[in-house]
Amino acid sequence: MKKTLLVTGIISGILISSYSHARDTLSLAGSSTVLPFARIVAEQLGKNPNFKTPVVESGGSSVGKKGVCDGVGTKFIDIGNASSRMKVKELDYCNKNGVKLTEIKVGYDGIVVANSKKGTLLKISKSDLGKALTAEVPINGKWVKNPYKKWSEINPSLPNIEIRVYGPPTTSGTRASYAEMVNQKGYCGKDKIAKAASKERGDKKGKKCRAMRTDGVFIEAGEQDNLIVQKLNEDTGAYGIFGFSYLDQNSDTLQGAVISNTAPTFENIAGNNYSVSRALYYYVKHQHINVVPGIKEYMAEWTKHWGSEGVLSDAGMIPMPDAERAKYKDAMTSLPVLTAADLKK
Amino acid sequence: MNNKLINPTRASEIVRNSIAKRRAKDNRLKLYGRIAIGFAVCFLIFLFSSIFIKGYPGFFQYYVTLDINFDRERIDPQGDLSDNSLFNGEASKIVNEALFTIIDPKGRKAKKQAKKMVSSGKDVRLTNLVKSNPNLFGTISSVKFALDDDIDSFLRGYIKRETPESERRISDQIIKFVDKLDKEGRISYEFSDYILNGSASGNPEMAGIKGAFFGSILTLSVCLLIAFPLGVATAVYLEEVAKKNKITELIEVNINNLAAVPSVVFGIMGLAIFISIFGMPRSIPLVGGMVLALMTLPTIIISSRAAIRAVPPSVRDAAYGIGASKLQVIFHHVIPLAMPGMLTGTIIGMAQALGETAPLLMIGMVAFIVDVPNSVMDPGTVLPVQIFMWADFAERMFIQKTSAAIIILLGFLISMNAFAIYLRKKLERRW
Repeated sequence: MKKTLLVTGIISGILISSYSHARDTLSLAGSSTVLPFARIVAEQLGKNPNFKTPVVESGGSSVGKKGVCDGVGTKFIDIGNASSRMKVKELDYCNKNGVKLTEIKVGYDGIVVANSKKGTLLKISKSDLGKALTAEVPINGKWVKNPYKKWSEINPSLPNIEIRVYGPPTTSGTRASYAEMVNQKGYCGKDKIAKAASKERGDKKGKKCRAMRTDGVFIEAGEQDNLIVQKLNEDTGAYGIFGFSYLDQNSDTLQGAVISNTAPTFENIAGNNYSVSRALYYYVKHQHINVVPGIKEYMAEWTKHWGSEGVLSDAGMIPMPDAERAKYKDAMTSLPVLTAADLKK
Repeated sequence: MNNKLINPTRASEIVRNSIAKRRAKDNRLKLYGRIAIGFAVCFLIFLFSSIFIKGYPGFFQYYVTLDINFDRERIDPQGDLSDNSLFNGEASKIVNEALFTIIDPKGRKAKKQAKKMVSSGKDVRLTNLVKSNPNLFGTISSVKFALDDDIDSFLRGYIKRETPESERRISDQIIKFVDKLDKEGRISYEFSDYILNGSASGNPEMAGIKGAFFGSILTLSVCLLIAFPLGVATAVYLEEVAKKNKITELIEVNINNLAAVPSVVFGIMGLAIFISIFGMPRSIPLVGGMVLALMTLPTIIISSRAAIRAVPPSVRDAAYGIGASKLQVIFHHVIPLAMPGMLTGTIIGMAQALGETAPLLMIGMVAFIVDVPNSVMDPGTVLPVQIFMWADFAERMFIQKTSAAIIILLGFLISMNAFAIYLRKKLERRW
């Protein structure tokens, strides 16, 4: 009996003490593409004896952007990572909850369509790539479910094998960026028939083209990019969509598809020649600066490593040009509040 | 009517004739059982051997021995061995210099490449060394440093020399340096001191399970402290005290329902109650333990009730017969006799909780957490989460580390189950 009392006492003691406990560890969450870079920076900050190592959660870009906007207070995360830019709708959610943000761009990442070296190297135009995976295509002026089963049905110059592509789920920024760049801009923006048909159905910008196929040709493989890499090694007829860093780490077994005559190499992505690349961001919550220790120092830590000679480029991140780096370094101290007008630029 | 009666001779004849058939049925049943067990054992052997073969190399890694000049002014500029002083020192530079004297890189580019050969944890290793043994100052001693994960993969043969340089993670220049170090006998393959003592890290050569291991222990202790007393108390009340009526029946049904709820649901509840309403911080083992306690409670209650029900009524009657009160009967007779069953149920529940990641996702424990948690209020993660995270990292060396971590988790589980069996054997009483 005494023991039970003691145990209950201890537990309620812990519970009560937790109420007054302020967080002293930085908390981040979001994109699994930014995660490997964020953890490198976090670890570097943790070496400094004055700061604890920040806690970095994954979950996908939407988790990062929504999580940071959920509200003010130490039970919410401080910084949200994202591999696709915040949308006005997402910012509205922030404003509703009274959260002020500063947007920091940290670098770029190419999205590659890769397969095993034992398979056929895909050389494809962006428009054809979009045609292969967009949910609906116009045939004789009507939008129908994508009927293509083989690459060669889209364009006779493409390999005569079944279309089978592994890719990330809807919560992923990689997926959102891919759908926007390839399906929307590459296919419905470039392909004449698709462009005209989009206009006709009152979708001038081609936003409806963003939907990916759901008939088993495009296979969602979860937020785990490594899983896709493993599957590609076993299934040599399949292709996978993931971030450049994974291709970089597995360059001896995988090959990246040549998209619109450009191969996905570090130089091509950094030189802005490879068209399927997107920026990586993190969003800092103003109200938490100086409340949770280490936010400013965490931001400053990025500037030490994000150059072309830094550890982040070794891990596969594509650095920004000098001018952009200077701009965002300034933003770390001046902390401009993100507004809807900024996002429309 | 007469012909329906079978005379004894005829009966024994029928029985004799059917004996062979019945024996064959018996034997077939035995055979089916053996086949089933055989399959299970085969799968088990396959699982364990594949994990062991893959994971075994994860406990080892390549080290390079360097002669370090322990110059106090450079390593510890303030001279007080404080963290700040060591942080501001030049530990990294000293290690690089020691490396350069052996491989002698020419030019800025070669030096830059050479610097990355030794793990980026080199400065921490050096400062930890002088912290534990300040006598090293002023000497030149040889120290082992972990090699970078790419070089480790190269030495293991995963990165092949024959691959063209453009497709290889390491350059021809570095291979030359590695060959030089190897020729001087400075490279060694040894039991990794990072896998057990290191914490989560982006550098696979430095990654270890210490943080996750302590996180698991803290989380499970919170879970045990909450779930065991609550579970046992509930079971005792329902079995011994409560009247059997509609309400207790409803409670019983719902406890069984609770046992079947998918674990991620408990995570969502934890997020809603403990973090959103009570305002507890994210990612801490205390919240993790409480969520897992909710998850294991039904298991403990159900097994405890079964254990209490197995206590023979004669024991209770005898106790009542000599004038014991209800409380005395429960605490002096029923609980001690039911304890082995209760403990077994609890340990099985704990083992289940040890392997859970889904409920922890919602409360922020599925995260990259480097610092080892010292209390239930520090951010921490658990072993299965660590395995899950490592499985997703791009670097090749994490594949072996993942399997090694799985071996450790399995070891933990097996020892917990062995403890359960030991307790049962020791405390069990037969009548």
